[in-house]
Amino acid sequence: MSLDLSDVKRLARLAQLDLDDAQAEKTLAKLNGIFDLVEQMRAVDTAGIEPLNHPIEAFQHDLALRLREDAVTEPNRREEYQSVAPATQDGLYLVPKVIE
Amino acid sequence: MQWEVVIGLETHAQLSTESKIFSGASTRFGAEPNTQACPVDLALPGVLPVMNKGAVERAIQFGLAIGATIAPRSIFARKNYFYPDLPKGYQISQYEIPVVQGGKVSFILEKDGKPELRSVQLTRAHLEEDAGKSLHEDYHGMSGIDLNRAGTPLLEIVTEPDMRSAAEAVAYAKALHSLVVWLGICDGNMQEGSFRCDANVSVRPLGQKEFGTRCEIKNLNSFRFLEEAINFEVRRQTELIEDGGRVVQETRLYDPDRKETRSMRSKEDAQDYRYFPDPDLPPLTIAAEWIERVKASMPELPGAMRERFIKDYGLPEYDAAVLTQSKAMAAYFEGVVAKAGREQAKPAANWLMGDVASTLNREGVDVAESPVKAEQLALLLQRIADGTISNKIAKEVFAAMWEAPSDKPGLADDIIEAKGLKQISDSGALEKIVDEVLAANAKSVEEYRAGKEKAFNALIGQAMKATRGKANPAQLTELLKKKLMG
Amino acid sequence: MHTKTLKQLSALLQSRQVSAAELAQAYLARIRQSDLNAFIHVDEALTLEQAAQADARLAAGDATALTGIPIAHKDIFVTRGWHSTAGSKMLAGYGSPFDATVVEQFRAAGMVHLGKLNCDEFAMGSSNENSAFGATRNPWDRQAVPGGSSGGSAAAIAARLTPAATATDTGGSIRQPASFCGVTGIKPTYGRVSRFGMIAFASSLDQGGPMAQTAEDCAMLLSAMAGFDPRDSTSLDMAKEDFGRDLDKSLQGLRIGVPREYFGEGLAADVEAAVRAALAQYEKLGATLIDISLPKTELSIPVYYVIAPAEASSNLSRFDGVRYGHRAKEYKDLGDMYRKSRAEGFGDEVKRRILVGAYVLSHGYYDAYYLQAQKIRRLIAQDFQEAFKQCDVIMGPVAPTVAWDLGDKADDPVANYLADIFTLSTSLAGLPGMSIPCGFGQGEKNGKRPVGLQIIGNYFSEAKLLNVAHQYQLATDWHARQPEGC
Repeated sequence: MSLDLSDVKRLARLAQLDLDDAQAEKTLAKLNGIFDLVEQMRAVDTAGIEPLNHPIEAFQHDLALRLREDAVTEPNRREEYQSVAPATQDGLYLVPKVIE
Repeated sequence: MQWEVVIGLETHAQLSTESKIFSGASTRFGAEPNTQACPVDLALPGVLPVMNKGAVERAIQFGLAIGATIAPRSIFARKNYFYPDLPKGYQISQYEIPVVQGGKVSFILEKDGKPELRSVQLTRAHLEEDAGKSLHEDYHGMSGIDLNRAGTPLLEIVTEPDMRSAAEAVAYAKALHSLVVWLGICDGNMQEGSFRCDANVSVRPLGQKEFGTRCEIKNLNSFRFLEEAINFEVRRQTELIEDGGRVVQETRLYDPDRKETRSMRSKEDAQDYRYFPDPDLPPLTIAAEWIERVKASMPELPGAMRERFIKDYGLPEYDAAVLTQSKAMAAYFEGVVAKAGREQAKPAANWLMGDVASTLNREGVDVAESPVKAEQLALLLQRIADGTISNKIAKEVFAAMWEAPSDKPGLADDIIEAKGLKQISDSGALEKIVDEVLAANAKSVEEYRAGKEKAFNALIGQAMKATRGKANPAQLTELLKKKLMG
Repeated sequence: MHTKTLKQLSALLQSRQVSAAELAQAYLARIRQSDLNAFIHVDEALTLEQAAQADARLAAGDATALTGIPIAHKDIFVTRGWHSTAGSKMLAGYGSPFDATVVEQFRAAGMVHLGKLNCDEFAMGSSNENSAFGATRNPWDRQAVPGGSSGGSAAAIAARLTPAATATDTGGSIRQPASFCGVTGIKPTYGRVSRFGMIAFASSLDQGGPMAQTAEDCAMLLSAMAGFDPRDSTSLDMAKEDFGRDLDKSLQGLRIGVPREYFGEGLAADVEAAVRAALAQYEKLGATLIDISLPKTELSIPVYYVIAPAEASSNLSRFDGVRYGHRAKEYKDLGDMYRKSRAEGFGDEVKRRILVGAYVLSHGYYDAYYLQAQKIRRLIAQDFQEAFKQCDVIMGPVAPTVAWDLGDKADDPVANYLADIFTLSTSLAGLPGMSIPCGFGQGEKNGKRPVGLQIIGNYFSEAKLLNVAHQYQLATDWHARQPEGC
């Protein structure tokens, strides 16, 4: 399997990354190198094998999500949190117009 | 051509937890922008989600209430897309294995005047986090982002495409709304967005098996908008097809001012959400014991209450269903019966579904706020039962009770007294009236004596007329017979 | 002073022969003079403030064994005060409002923070050349890479710029740089060390761990670093442990598994020689070597380079220039702002992995790539469990070669990926592993470049690994060697 330029463009759109044609070309070659490496994996017979999404499941088979009691523990620290923001006004984060 | 409408609803019910689904920030509505957005909600570098037990408990309650399967093991997945109100660039939701699977919601649907008991099958209900808000009022060409709502727990409740009209969709949505409020898992406040619907609408020629192409109308936050939007969409789609066009599958938005739906540009290009299990969150496991504990702590459910009303009060299923559509109505009914006695259950049901319901609707008052309290209605029913007043007169008394100032609520007895609506049972008074009637209707008397039974009813009618309906019917008949014999 | 181990410094501090302030001053001076580019942010005032607090604790007698000892943190851990950049332009100058749990724990123990250590951008790389702040140089040979992604940590320990450092390992990022720089490092069982405050690369693989001169020092650090954290849903709920408890145990009868796949073609002769010599040394210490097989070793490369980018592509979506981080100067609309900010903020390797991740998760490819990789991942974990039926620990090389020249593989991702072959499967299985110095390469150039021995244990066997490493370090002095001019 090998990608073409349109795949790279589609992925760049999905991932919201600017990629001009020159970069896309360069990236395409690199990605195809990576996917040649990945190919060998597809031949492996994994019929009936459960995916291992959490390594802990490999040694703790009853792995269960831990739950938090429902309580408010976070104070308002807006000023501090927004001190690193590129653009704010009246406590709001500013972004280019959102069209719906 | 005859068209069939096919509707499925996805409802987002905001769960009534104190804190957010994955963080300890408050979910209180109406706070200053971003004052309830903590590092987890802001997706600052290094933060991780920790699941709120209260949200899971509410999902379990809902599942139990609709007779669904509570998944012993469900999975949180990431739904990846970019939007300024989605801080992580993905929404944590449930995809392949939701926490609530199946179940159904029953409700009453008025169909050409006749009430029908309907039910809609649910596909699933899953836990997920809400996004923030984009404020579009202009900040010199920019939009403002408030993330207070980001991370608020939602239960997304998805139906099968079971509904065939806007009216049915609204009836289902209302039933679902009263159920989540009944359970106390959602405050149901639609203005604040605590309960909002997405409607999947398509049309197909009547009798056709396969579904037509559907459009999804997003964020309908009132029952009226839901109805208007669906009706508009149905018109739009049928006209489109009849004019030889075809429906494009898309997400649309309802504009209440224009009363029309329009395509949502921002969501137009087909999304590829790249769902995958969230590596930060192990599987959500729910033990049978936990489900039992939740069950024990739950209020009596509408279904169970309906059965009880049928069994204990001998009500017909329809009455029981109507009275258990809201917790307040059911409580009111039981209040009346508690005071008036079990034998008054059916009359009480009739009154609640009749005069009380219609007056509440006309005045736009919730039964919980009814100026006529359950005790007052109970007294009225007793007076009907003991023959003090007739059912007909009782309507007059009820109207008076309704009008009475709240500081001194009208009591049936006082009103009957004041308006002199008591039945005349005093034989002396009745005898006098009967004599007058006989004197004034010699002709009828002749006919009766000649064997014409009908003439008797005419005389009763005259007597009733003379007493403005207040004569005690039994006494009157007896007295009249006696006189005619004599 | 700077040549001393953490254990020796601890003794000097406890006996008040040296003060925390003096130590801090000494190391800050060395950092100032160093040209390795190991540190990317230092704030001497903050450091000296912490040193003063440490001296106060020592005086007050409520000090721990670590109080007053300097430590530096990989810039993947967020810190109050010091910038937290993950080696990326995206986060240049970013100030975190909170400390990572790991940083908090070392603060609580009274350690003195020297500054932030260079690393590959978002820990993606094995040469440190992917840092937006320039590559770190290998103190043994300035033409060589220090390894990655924790290259700054390893170089700083080797050059004695700090006696202790934190690092993170996703596919070998602790073990490989430790090997390239001739220092000791351990990656614990997944879930031992909290990920809260670790800027996420691949959530199901990321695991923090310490680096130092000796296994003994690493034991002290890991004991403070590991432990349950309610803020991380994948943190193991286990009691605190003293990982140094078994250091002095004899290795008599130790069964060492030697996987043949780790000694095939592709393994450089000089690396093999050093590793074989180390194995021979272990035999002298009473261990027996057992030939084992880890058949999926080669497959770990494609599996890892599907899973890690998939998780990374999602984890890095939060960097959108809205709430923090780099935002492009000019843009025509929201989408343009996203695409430019991210394109400018991320380096080439990070972008490549984001694109690969988006691809393997996208519609139609998920099953063939992501799901298939997660299934093989389970097979890899099962292979290890088979192996541990025959042996107590597994040993082999950390990397196929010694450190390569700066620039050699800079533009060749695949070549870099292939060099990770011996460390990836351990990370995929979530097993603990370490690297200890066991010699040098051969020849004019490689003769100056260290070789590391990898020791892999079963889940929770950190104490045993450290025991096995410590006994070797008692018998050899590779770990005590120092680069010239240090």
